[in-house]
Amino acid sequence: MKRRLIPNIVALVVAFLTAFPLYWMVLSALKPAGEIQSLDVKPWTLHPTLDNFVRVLTGEGFGRYLLNSAGVALTVVVLSAGVAFLAAVAVTRFTFRFRTTVLIMFLIAQMVPVEALTIPLFFVVRDLGLLNTLASLVLVQLAFTLPFAIWMMRGFVAGVPEALEEAAMIDGAGRATVLWRILFPLVAPGLVATSVFSFITAWNDFIFARTFIISAKDNQTLPAALLVFFKPDENDWGGIMAASTLMTIPVLIFFVAVQRRLVSGLGGAVKD
Amino acid sequence: MTAVALTGRHVRARAGRGRPRPWLYLLPAAAVLVPMFGYPVYMLGLLSVFDYRQAQVSGGQPSTFVGFGNYATIFGDARFWEVLAQTVGFAAALVVATLAVGAALAVLLTRVGPVPRTALSLAALGAWAAPAMTGSTVWMFLFDADLGLVNQVLGLDGFNWFYDRWVTFGVVGATIVWHSFPLVMVTLYAGIQAIPGSVLEAAGIDGASVWQSFWKIIVPMLRPLIAIVVIQSVIWDFKVFTQIYVMTNGGGVAGQNTVLNVYAYQTAFGSSEYGLGSAIAVVMTLILLAVTLLYIRALHRGGERL
Repeated sequence: MKRRLIPNIVALVVAFLTAFPLYWMVLSALKPAGEIQSLDVKPWTLHPTLDNFVRVLTGEGFGRYLLNSAGVALTVVVLSAGVAFLAAVAVTRFTFRFRTTVLIMFLIAQMVPVEALTIPLFFVVRDLGLLNTLASLVLVQLAFTLPFAIWMMRGFVAGVPEALEEAAMIDGAGRATVLWRILFPLVAPGLVATSVFSFITAWNDFIFARTFIISAKDNQTLPAALLVFFKPDENDWGGIMAASTLMTIPVLIFFVAVQRRLVSGLGGAVKD
Repeated sequence: MTAVALTGRHVRARAGRGRPRPWLYLLPAAAVLVPMFGYPVYMLGLLSVFDYRQAQVSGGQPSTFVGFGNYATIFGDARFWEVLAQTVGFAAALVVATLAVGAALAVLLTRVGPVPRTALSLAALGAWAAPAMTGSTVWMFLFDADLGLVNQVLGLDGFNWFYDRWVTFGVVGATIVWHSFPLVMVTLYAGIQAIPGSVLEAAGIDGASVWQSFWKIIVPMLRPLIAIVVIQSVIWDFKVFTQIYVMTNGGGVAGQNTVLNVYAYQTAFGSSEYGLGSAIAVVMTLILLAVTLLYIRALHRGGERL
């Protein structure tokens, strides 16, 4: 037991340091303005207040940005889940020419630096007349989450025994029925895990929101809208921290919900 | 009766006959991926060989084909090489730091009690989950010249962490490592857990130190896993954007903290040199593609089948 003492202490210190920025974010969000601007910083507050949250949600239109972010992310999740499910069925349940090619393309697509595509996508979105709209963000995020979602769904679909579908078809069920009544519910847990990743990707996007939403401020999403609080003279740190907290909470919840799957998914890439 | 005797393959062949089923299922994916992914990739290449600026974008002026002119321009520009070297150096430092921290903590996790282990895992999960934007803002606040905690604790009155090039890279790098070490830690920890305990125990009985069992047993056994973590980190760190863009306000003082990604973005959208920016983006994509091929090979060696 004794020889564990030092590792235990080191682990606790590292845990503290790792968690500290998040603690500082939440703490600062709850601090009254006077304490934020004080040159005597304290790692606690005796006067927690929701002022910062109220200010960002009402005064700076953050409620609107929050809704925009949620709307974009949820739309991406729903569309991505449906489309990825169908594509995953195609590449696991059928053998066809170019199947391997299609799969490799999904894999390569995951590796393309999406930031590099900002320039052409700006023109694509402009030509579609979608600049300054939330639809542009949905489309782009959908495209960027799909390759990964399909790749991940592939494993879940492959995990369902084909015999179940065959039995249903012998009993007279049509293709569509089998797909939605039998396969879909069985891969639902996988679909949830995949959706969380799509959600996080869309929710965290900064570069496309920054690039596509130029003048329609009302259509901004959270990450890009956060820049509003950075002022040349003095940053509103209380507001920035409150907004950052609002932005982090949903991701944190979802992340914790799927972390087990995440770890096994990562391990699964190399385990067998 | 005959239907029951048929194997699954027969049933499928019968049901699918004459109809291109798989392509039908792939159609929605294609409808999104072709215009929003495939076409932009093609267009990026196309833009990179044209003289394409503000006059062409909004002035309706004809764009001129310049062949490899844009590439000649960027390759002939000392600034590009500086940014490229800086990007590679920064990414390399990040990869080394992320792996060192992640691996050290993974080993640490195996030697601690349940409470510290849970605490560290949860903390790492939080850092991992935090959006890049959030991480950037919090670290900026911690390192703020006047109101930041770091300066207060260190007694550095008004020291600006975002002024000197290398100090800035240090703070931004720390933020990125904070975000990315959990992936390495959790993956390697899972890998170490999968190593039969008896192997490590036997080594311990034979008198191997922690250091020796790490290099002589854990590393060789986890080689495929490590290869993947390394390449993931390379890809991740090479194309970092948000932290640099936000924390250095678009690339730092006089663009001193620019990396390739931000450089391409600023060239295109800041200077309205869309052709040049595309050429830079193409170079970056090609470098990452090379890394991707290594990644696929590593996956293959790990036993993943398509």
